[in-house]
Amino acid sequence: MSAKDKELYWKLREQMVLMRVFEEKAGQMYGLRKIGGFCHLYNGQEAVAAGFASAMDFSKDYVLTGYRDHGHALAAGMQPKAIMAELFGKLTGCSRGKGGSMHMFDAERHFLGGNGIVGAQIPVATGVAFAQKYKKTGGATVVYFGDGAIHQGAFHEALNLAKIWSLPVVFVCENNQWGMGTSWKRVSAVDDFSLMASAYGIRGELVDGMHVLKVRDAAERALADARAGKPVLIEARTYRYKGHSMSDPQKYRTREEVDEYKKQDPILILEDIMKAQGAWDEAKAAAQDAEAERATAESVDFAESSPEPALGTLYEDVYAGEPVFMAPSGSPAGPYEPGRI
Amino acid sequence: MAQLSYREALNRALDEEMARDESVVLMGEEVAEYDGAYKVSRGLLGKYGPERVLDTPITELGFTGLGVGAAMAGLRPVVEWMTHNFALLAIDQVVNEAAKTRHMSGGQFSAPIVFRGPNGPAEYLSSQHSQALASYWAHVPGLKVVAPAFPADAYGLLKSAIRDPDPVVILEAEMLYGFKGEVPDEEFLTPIGKAAVLREGGDVTLVSFGKPVHLLLGAAEELAKLGVAAEVIDLRSVRPLDEATLMSSVAKTKRAVVVDESWPAASVGSYVAHRIATERFDILDAPVEFVSSEDVPMPYNHALELAVQPSVEKIVRAAKRALYLEAKHG
Repeated sequence: MSAKDKELYWKLREQMVLMRVFEEKAGQMYGLRKIGGFCHLYNGQEAVAAGFASAMDFSKDYVLTGYRDHGHALAAGMQPKAIMAELFGKLTGCSRGKGGSMHMFDAERHFLGGNGIVGAQIPVATGVAFAQKYKKTGGATVVYFGDGAIHQGAFHEALNLAKIWSLPVVFVCENNQWGMGTSWKRVSAVDDFSLMASAYGIRGELVDGMHVLKVRDAAERALADARAGKPVLIEARTYRYKGHSMSDPQKYRTREEVDEYKKQDPILILEDIMKAQGAWDEAKAAAQDAEAERATAESVDFAESSPEPALGTLYEDVYAGEPVFMAPSGSPAGPYEPGRI
Repeated sequence: MAQLSYREALNRALDEEMARDESVVLMGEEVAEYDGAYKVSRGLLGKYGPERVLDTPITELGFTGLGVGAAMAGLRPVVEWMTHNFALLAIDQVVNEAAKTRHMSGGQFSAPIVFRGPNGPAEYLSSQHSQALASYWAHVPGLKVVAPAFPADAYGLLKSAIRDPDPVVILEAEMLYGFKGEVPDEEFLTPIGKAAVLREGGDVTLVSFGKPVHLLLGAAEELAKLGVAAEVIDLRSVRPLDEATLMSSVAKTKRAVVVDESWPAASVGSYVAHRIATERFDILDAPVEFVSSEDVPMPYNHALELAVQPSVEKIVRAAKRALYLEAKHG
């Protein structure tokens, strides 16, 4: 194997381990009530975000995803500190405490959210691709959504638009097999989502979403097609270890099913490949693990010590420039006055 | 000064803005090769080409969302809805995406986009094509909502909307597309959030937005014959609302009639009436009168559909009630 491959494997492992450690910590912080509301963890699906991100050029490509977005935000290169602070609702969070778990954004990293409406990001992403083509940037847009989203009209309308206008967009269905508590098999007319591409005259591909190298290969092919004006649909077959969100008792599946999938863990699969190809280094792996723990602990410290947003900030980020509001309604911040915040 | 139809005024605004700014694109059903379902986009395909004037499939959710994404990535899309009735299929993309982008991203992204098309009743269209849906948009922080009643405002507000850094919904009126009025030859912008006083008077304030503004002017003429001087206010923008102009008028007249062609409950008109009643409680000489459409779906029969909507007669009677010239239930 080449030195370049070796470097890539370690980079992929580093990203996946960071996602895993970060999400475990986010779960703990939720338990401590530092994080509220919905919190959808990415454990088990790391190979999809890491594999795709490794094939992207974030100087010109864009990413959009649904509400299970922490892993994707990390894969795009966002700082753990900014993500954890957002989970804590702090002013230093990537969305100034306005978005929370489901709405991570980063303009610099071309990360366009974090969307809480199932499937709504798919037409939006198609529009981002429209702008990329219109401005001839050479960039492509990758949009992730789950097996629950693929039956939304938004998905079908967007694929049709992407095809008729030859837009540089890759649609990635992360089929984690459970749409909240509903098995994908109970609500889908087909047992292979990549087949849905054929209805819109685009290429579809089913990829093992637990195998990061296979995901990366599929991503490279798909991005090359997209940049040539040929949108692609990828189904990445994966599995989520945690509940739909933190409040999910998971009565719809057995512990045995989850344990079975954990044997096909994306990090273990990559490590086995590295070992088989002589790229493994126990000390280096331990150092990566320690760094992920350190960065995550640092993110918690940062989030803890960051200031709460002042109540007056509730009037910010609604409109550009001088904000306009309908009648004040007696909020604890008092009526809006320019310059008071 | 040229006499332009409302449709021609909108077309001139689109034409000028597309010439001025390459990032402006127009998309919607039939906007290109058909010249627009109501001919608002006539000639633009020939002038700006198929990359900037795009016929979409009949997928309101899809192309509205596509417009939002294009706006987030740096374009200035104008999305034409064939009517606001059909925009109900796209409401998620307006309410949950366009209006929330700036906020949820902590100010990092925005969606400078214009959504426009005819709103409100026309004629003989029955229930699904005659709805006045202003409150669906006016309810939502993050959006701006305007409703021009005259060709000059249609021109000036559309130009302002295209240049605005936030998403703007324009409520046009099918029955006004052929209405002609003076539009200055030189370029101008009508500010969003500023009402217009169309007629001054000291006895009663008549206020509305969009097509019913023309009824206010008719009612003011009728009232003048009775010796009543009505002040007529065209809100032009319903979000933000120009309360300063409105309240200073009511401070003078001490009586108000609010007119809205939508249904009464949770309407823009009911909100405006509430604001006047709250802010001018101490000086009002009569309860605020409110004339809306009847609280029923629109019937096809012409006599019935006219009976549903506000009319000059209904507005005159409401004004007379406010002036105690007619009993409340007389």
